[in-house]
Amino acid sequence: MKKPPTLSRAIERGLAPFRGAPAQELVPQARLAGPMPWVIAIMVALTVVATAAGLALTNLADGARAELAGGATVQIIEAEPGERERQAAAAQDVLAEFPEVAALRRVPPDEVAALLEPWLGTGFSGEAVPIPALIDLRFRGEATPDKLRRLRASLAEVAPDARIDAQASWLRPIFSAIASLQWLALALVVLLSLTSAAAVFLAARSALGNNRETIEIVHLLGGTDHQIARVFQRSVGFDATLGAGAGLLLGMIAVLILGQQFAQLGSGMMAGGGLGWIDWLAVAMVPLVAVALAMVTARLTVLFALRKML
Amino acid sequence: MSTGDSEVVGFDNVGLRYGSGKEVLSDVSFTLYPGSFYFLTGASGAGKTSLLKLLYLSQRPSRGQIRMFGTDVITLPRARLPGFRRRLGVVFQDFRLVPHLSAYDNVALPLRVAGVPEADLERPVTDMLDWVGLSHRSDARPATLSGGEQQRVAIARAVIGRPDMLLADEPTGNVDPEMAVKLLRLFEALNRLGTTVVVATHDLHLLQKVPASMIMRLDKGRLSDPTGALRYPPRPAGDRASDDGPPEDVFR
Repeated sequence: MKKPPTLSRAIERGLAPFRGAPAQELVPQARLAGPMPWVIAIMVALTVVATAAGLALTNLADGARAELAGGATVQIIEAEPGERERQAAAAQDVLAEFPEVAALRRVPPDEVAALLEPWLGTGFSGEAVPIPALIDLRFRGEATPDKLRRLRASLAEVAPDARIDAQASWLRPIFSAIASLQWLALALVVLLSLTSAAAVFLAARSALGNNRETIEIVHLLGGTDHQIARVFQRSVGFDATLGAGAGLLLGMIAVLILGQQFAQLGSGMMAGGGLGWIDWLAVAMVPLVAVALAMVTARLTVLFALRKML
Repeated sequence: MSTGDSEVVGFDNVGLRYGSGKEVLSDVSFTLYPGSFYFLTGASGAGKTSLLKLLYLSQRPSRGQIRMFGTDVITLPRARLPGFRRRLGVVFQDFRLVPHLSAYDNVALPLRVAGVPEADLERPVTDMLDWVGLSHRSDARPATLSGGEQQRVAIARAVIGRPDMLLADEPTGNVDPEMAVKLLRLFEALNRLGTTVVVATHDLHLLQKVPASMIMRLDKGRLSDPTGALRYPPRPAGDRASDDGPPEDVFR
């Protein structure tokens, strides 16, 4: 009888990693037949939509805030048209001399009529319904209470019927609502991430249970915890990559459709809610983070379970 | 604690209990010497499998000391145990082959776990399958192999890394008497190459098949010889039978 084959003494024990296809074969891959890629696909799609929505709201709020922060409106509320025009002209002169006013514009009566059209209808006469004269102005820097107070004092003599409002003040409830939506989007992203991690945890536990016999064998043959965890980590990583890719595709389609619908509203404010390239980059990071999260969760789950064995 | 090279394994007053139950092993003390062949006998439930679990480091004892290859493995950090396990070959009573791997991949598994490059695997694995007479079944999954064939795959897997110690739990329990003798010849051949062999069995007829073996008898968790458990003193080094193995067609 031949002697059993001997291995070279040069073979080092346990110094090389156990990886590659032979290592992956230890854990039969369910691939798309298993639930995990689909769970991750749904989670990533929802997270992509939530992230894009959050970023769009941030852009919208930032754009509107920058535009409105230095803006104010002067209204001359005088019923008599001649006096109204006189006060408006005098106010324009004072405002033009005010050093902190960067720009001003008398809003033409046609434009004011167009603004009021939804409430008063077309063809109304300024004599029948007194319409205030409007002056749109922009400060250098923000419209602070101090600037407004000094401007009011300057206008009081020449245009006693003038009323000044900072544009940011009447939009504050809208900014507040946008901020709430931003927090909601952030909370959704966090909750979806936690749910994804929980789904991966359960899937990894399930895979661990299904392959417990194999794990014990590899463990008894001298496999280290990290070798075994790496096998599961890569297996889960592959499934997560499939799911995250599908989820990104679904999420992007949803974001593009929603974006087109909002763009069709033709609202100036909504136009500021578009996504820049950095935003798209952040959205593209969602599946990468999901895959990394899945792999880390799987690794920790397996390592934790293995620690219970000797 | 570290001892010289004169022992492979040393047990001192080892006891083992599972959970809060009574001890399944009590005051077990013995020494296993390099290149020796041991039978571990006893009735069913005597503690043979529990003792083997301690030997293949699947279980820690409840008390006592265990030295292996000169190192106290009780206090050894858990992270260092895989290195010791790789020096052991284990034939489990139920084979414990990975069901979705082929015979080839099952035999290759210990080498892959030990980090042997794929390029260096094919020759030893093929030779080992040839050695146990299963080269023609290398692609077969365990479910398609007979009990005897699975047993031989399990043995090939246990010995392919040329372990310093081979532990076999009832290795002949699932095979016919003729196959049992062939398996013992296989273990003897490996033993002659320097591997310490421990075979747990309750089949007393097997003991006669390996005259040079030593016997450890367990009775209700205790070794029947309280002085050291070995019925025969270990043979001096070099006092061995011929290096000739069993007939080449042992499995054919």
